[in-house]
Parts: sequence; structure tokens; C-alpha cells
Amino acid sequence: MKFVKRHLLLAMLLLCPLFPILYAQITSEHLLHASDQPQNWLTYSGSYASQRYSLLRQVTPTNVKTLEQKWIFQAESLEKFETTPLVVDGIMYITQAPSDVVALDAKTGRVFWIYRHLVSTDARPCCGSVNHGLAILGDTLFLATLDAHLVALDAKGGRPLWNIKVANASAGYAMTLAPLVIKDKVIVGVAGGEFGIRGFVAAFDVHSGREMWRTYTVPGPGEPGHESWQGNAWEHGGGPVWLTGSYDPDLNLTYWGTGNPGPDWNPAQRPGDNLYSDSVLALDADTGKLKWYFQFTPNDPYDYDSVQIPVLVDAAWNGAPRKLMMLANRNGFFYVLDRTNGQFLAGHPFVKVNWASGLDAKGRPIQTPQPEGAPTFPGVQGGTNWYSPSYSPRTGLFYVSAWEDYASVFVKEAQTFEEGRRFVGGRPASPIPGGQNVPGASRRPPINVWTEAAGHGAVIAIDPRTGEKKWKFPMTDTTDSGILTTATDLLFAGGREGYFQALDARNGALLWKATLGGPIVAGPMTYQADGKQYIAIAAGHSLFAFALRE
Amino acid sequence: MRLQIVWIAALLFVAALATNRAQGRAGQYTQADVEAGYSLYNTNCITCHGANGDSVSGVNLRGGQFRRVSTDAELNRLFQTGIPGTAMPPGKFGTADLAALVAYIRSMRDFDTRPAKGDAVRGQTLFEGKAGCMGCHRVNGKGSRVAPDLSDVGAVRSPDAIERAMVDSSSSMLPINRSIRAVTRGGKIITGRRLNEDTYSVQIIDSEQRLQSLVKADLREYTVLKTSTMPSFKNTLSPAELDDVVTYLRTLKGSR
Repeated sequence: MKFVKRHLLLAMLLLCPLFPILYAQITSEHLLHASDQPQNWLTYSGSYASQRYSLLRQVTPTNVKTLEQKWIFQAESLEKFETTPLVVDGIMYITQAPSDVVALDAKTGRVFWIYRHLVSTDARPCCGSVNHGLAILGDTLFLATLDAHLVALDAKGGRPLWNIKVANASAGYAMTLAPLVIKDKVIVGVAGGEFGIRGFVAAFDVHSGREMWRTYTVPGPGEPGHESWQGNAWEHGGGPVWLTGSYDPDLNLTYWGTGNPGPDWNPAQRPGDNLYSDSVLALDADTGKLKWYFQFTPNDPYDYDSVQIPVLVDAAWNGAPRKLMMLANRNGFFYVLDRTNGQFLAGHPFVKVNWASGLDAKGRPIQTPQPEGAPTFPGVQGGTNWYSPSYSPRTGLFYVSAWEDYASVFVKEAQTFEEGRRFVGGRPASPIPGGQNVPGASRRPPINVWTEAAGHGAVIAIDPRTGEKKWKFPMTDTTDSGILTTATDLLFAGGREGYFQALDARNGALLWKATLGGPIVAGPMTYQADGKQYIAIAAGHSLFAFALRE
Repeated sequence: MRLQIVWIAALLFVAALATNRAQGRAGQYTQADVEAGYSLYNTNCITCHGANGDSVSGVNLRGGQFRRVSTDAELNRLFQTGIPGTAMPPGKFGTADLAALVAYIRSMRDFDTRPAKGDAVRGQTLFEGKAGCMGCHRVNGKGSRVAPDLSDVGAVRSPDAIERAMVDSSSSMLPINRSIRAVTRGGKIITGRRLNEDTYSVQIIDSEQRLQSLVKADLREYTVLKTSTMPSFKNTLSPAELDDVVTYLRTLKGSR
């Protein structure tokens, strides 16, 4: 049946130019096979498997040199521009900070409509008034807002259909992620790990906005995992969920990464493993029930959020086909898990790591805390962070934007919880006297004072079977760019320097670059309109679309 | 000669003396407020603004002047409302917290935590004369641009850091200020101080005070020198003379 459906979809795809009306409505069936209609980009990560890999083949290593800019959209915001667009039949939907939605012509960048969400003055985002993008089903777009509301919008007119409060913004709850639609539910998580929130993932009915289930990432009294907390520390235990999850329809499991326990840097205030912070959770998509979890950094003192996109791969493992999950973690290790049950299969450091000497047979880190005042590798921003990785089934390689040779000195301080105020328990500092300590992306002036002494960015290609680095594309500055790969073995990625590069996914060779004039703090994506393949990327305060020269 | 100076950890601010500098602000800030403000700054502000107050592009909290506010009352209000449309969020602070934050931020540029040990006038004479500092450094429009301009060094460096730079600049220079040496394909050697760098290019001011942008792919060699070219004054100036120069440099707070 699946085979028939897939071929029916392919046939429809071929006929698409003749019958564009066929694709006016995105159904849950379309979302299941999003990769099979590569002219569109239907979810934040391109598909439920979150590989950020496209089957489009027009742009190749041979002709990529002739990519040229086709249009620019300038956002009405000076905030970081972190959106990944959705594209449906030539219409692009993006978010601009703080929580606006813009519909535009994917061929020209001309705007159809703008929805402006007036963010409550109660909103207390930790790290920027940003937004990562949208979800779509039918003619409805779903927006998660900075003040922790979930809004359904008419995709044609930009008018709100419903708007519900997901959490209390004045208590530090916020949403910056792109929602994920699974069947008749739209699923979101909440940010707020620096405010002592209690994180959760929640699903809402796509038609009414009614909450269908909510699963807390910090178990309450009597729930399994609660024993990993002492006293009432769990009440402010954090575990935010601020990046979009993945979904395996065969298992009906949706996977979400969780963030740091609270307070961030003082584990003495929360003895125990602090489940399910810094974990990946496998939830039943219909009920939200926790099927399994895997914790990467127990009792984390470094703010090593584990919200990184869980990338789902079906591949041979030790000679037998297996349902895998791959995840390059902020803590500097690259993990491969069995996504049916959470079993740890392999884990290797992909950057310099000194907070742990390695992982035991079950994947638990053997922690080696550094002396007070000594640098910890990786630093607070991690070996990688929220930037989307990519997996190419063609090369079999996992690609990640990494920060290499980068450290922080962590300072612990006792802190009392007070609702709505930052609850961080210390701070990270630079190991370089007077150097920048936590270089947030929009905080970088055009002058790069981040130097070889502080570390550097890189695109790293990892062989998941061995953890071996197959190749590396080093950058002088750091990078917060997502990665896109294509069926022609191209890899697109940028960095804080504002360059947008096409690399050969097989060997990392630089094939093309463009100077976009502002940091790239977003993930690239690709789509096709009127027979032309475009590659889109946000940089600085603008969104750029490239296609081959005619 | 070059003077390469390091940023010093914000811990030194704790004991910073506060001053009243502008019309419309509250009076003298108390030491207790400055210290409480330091703690609040570390919890609430440091992630974006950095220990030095200059990590947000175009914003330098030590500058003493702000783009959107000038009085303490306005600063106070801004801490509570944030700046819509930017990364500056609203904060939940009580009256005492607000007073402390204002006191700390108003005090960030005052490193003069101890009485000056030397004489600023004598220090300026040494700086411009015997020590030969202006062969490389510039102050208020006078001197060379080969090494960093020191017109505001007293606002951005602690006395300890200044002194350390004069004795052992290699160990204390900020990496961005390092000297570079490049050799073009044609064999031409270019030396200069790094101003900016990315994967493909580097921007420098060269030894002839020319701004140059070099494309790395066009270079046969490119080296970032870890050793400062600034000499140590440990043996060429007496301890008293060193104190005088440090005291002079502490008075340089930049133009307002």
C-alpha cells in the first residue's frame, strides 16, 4: 500500500505543472511523503525524518558556479533572522521577528500578505526575539509566538483562525520554534530554560486549537523519573523544548530534544540526573505518552541543551537494516541511537571535549569536571547548537555546523528562584582575559573579534558508522548556519561571516560562494517554481533566493 | 614601540567607584548598589552584553552615553520594558534592583579602583617623549596608527591591565590586535596589525599606516604572529616612571 501511495504521489508530482490545484491543499498524507515532492518544502526540517536533504537535481556541482541571486526580501526587523521558509506550490511562507508571518511569491519575493502578531510585553525571551518558522496543513499555517501563543492562520489571507495561550509568558515561557503537524494535531514545545520553567511538549487540535495532550519534560511526584530530583527542585527544573521534533510514522513516535535543567550552571541546587533534561524523548504521537528517553548530559552544569534536531535514518547497522536516530549534541558528542527503543549504538566526540573522558557502554558520559577557573571544552554555546544538521542518503554522511577548539570557564553561583526572573545559577566566561565570553549571533559587530585564540567554526562530515570525520570545511569565525544537502551531492551552509557556500558533499570542496553581508543564523532550504530550482537562505536582516543564471 | 593592552575581568568592577556625570541623573551611587548591580548584571545582562558591556553590536555600556536613554529614570524604565523589536527583553525588577543596575552600569567605565600611584603630567611627558609610545600609538589625534589608538584606554582597561601590557604585552594583548605577516605570490612582504578577518580575507593597517584588505588565496604565506612587537618597559623605565605612564593612561577616557 505504501508502495502504491508513493508511486501515486510521484505520478501526481510529474503531472503537477498541469494540475497545480492538486497541491493547493497540503494533507497529512503529503506531509508523510514530503521528500517526494521536492518542489515544495513542507516542514521546518524538510521532512519528518529531518534530514534537510532535497531530491531536486537542477543545481549540480558542475553548474553551481552560475548560481545568482534572484531576489531579496528585507525583513522589518533588526533581530536575528532565523527562519526556514515553507514553500507550497510557488508560495513561500516565512516568519520575521518577533512573531510575524509573511506570504510571498517564491519566484519574485513580492509579498502577498503580512500577519503581525503583537507580542505581549510580558514576553521574556532569554536569547533574542526570534522565530524559526511555520507548519502547514490544508490551507492553515501554524505559528508559535514569542509570548507562548499558538496561532492558526488562513494561508491565503493571513487572517487568524484561532489563537490560544499555550503557557504563561510572564513566567518566562516563550516559543520560537516552528510547530510540527502530525495527522490532526499541531505539536509545539516551550522555551524558558533560563527562567526556571517546567518544560513540556503539547499537541493541539488543528481545527479548534484545543489541547489534546501535554507531556512534561520534568516528571512530577509519583511519575517515573521523578526520583532523579531532590526536594522541590523539579518545580523549576527547566527541560525546555525549543526546536522542532521529528516523526516516524511507522512507529507513530515523535522525537523531541529537551534543554538544560534549571538553574543552568549550578547543579548543586538540583542534585540527581535531572530527568528528562538534556534528553531526547520518544512520544506516542496520538497520546503524548513517553515511550522511551535517552539522556545525554545528566546533572548538566554547562547548559548543554539537547534540543538538536533528531535526524532519522533507515540504514544498515552492523550489517542489518535498522531504524536509526542521529544527533550531534551540544555537549560535543555525536550519537547514534536505535529509534525504536532508544538503545545507544555509538557515540563519538566531534570536537574537542574535556568535560567527559568518553561514554560508557550505555552512552552515559564519564564526567571529568575541570578545576575551578579552568576552561571546559566545548564552551557554553556547545560543539554545535540549534543549527540544523543534514544527512545525505547518497553519501551516507551526517553534516553538522561545529565550533572547534572552543571553551568557556563556568562560574557557579547559588540563586533563589523567583517567577519571571532569570534563574541561571552562575555564568560562563571567556578563557581569554577580556575576550568575548558568550558570542551570541546578533551581538557580533561587522568586525570579527572572535579569533583563532577563541576557536573557529566548521562544517564537519561525519561517517555515522565509525564517528570518523570524513572531511572538514574550516571557517575563521564561528557558525550558526543550518545545512542543506541535495541529490546532486551539493551541500549549502553559511556562517557568521556572511558567506553562503556550496560545497561538494562528498569531499568538502568549495564550489561556489556568495557574500550576503550579514551573519547567517538560519537553515538553507530549496524548492522549485516554474521549473526552476531555488535555494533560499536568511542572512543579516534579509532573505535571499538563488537560482541558476539563464 | 607598541602598547598592547588587555581587557580585564569584570570582577574588578565590583569595587569600582561611582561618579555622577550628567545632568538629570541621580546623585552618587553607593558602593552597595554598585556591588548588587554587578551581581544582577551577571545574571541578567552578561549573556548578551558581555562582561565588558560591549558585546552587542553598536552598543557600549561603558561609553556613558546611550542611544535611546540619557537619564537614570529612563534607564530604569528601559530595564523594565526592554526595547521592542530588538533582542532586549523586558525585565522583572524591583525598585532596589533597578537602582543597583543603574549604579553598576553608570560605574562600568570607572576602573580607578585605587588611588593613582604616579603623576599624570609626568606620565604624559614620558609617553610623548622618552618612552616613545607615539611612534606606534595615537592619542586624541596625535601619534601613529600602527598600534591601537589609546584615546579611551582609561575607560576600557584597568590600571593593572595597562601596567601588564607595558611589561609583557604578548601575554596580555587581545588576539584581534595581533600582527600579521603576509607574502604575496610575487614575493612582496606585508606586515601590519589585524583589524578584521574572515575565512577568505584579512583587513589590516600596515606598517605604513595604509588600510589593506588581503585575499588569502592570493598570498603565498599568511601568519598571525603570537608575539607582540611592543617592547617591554620593565628595564627601560623605572618603577616610578611606569606608574606615571599608567596614571596618565588612566586619565584617557575618550571623547564624549
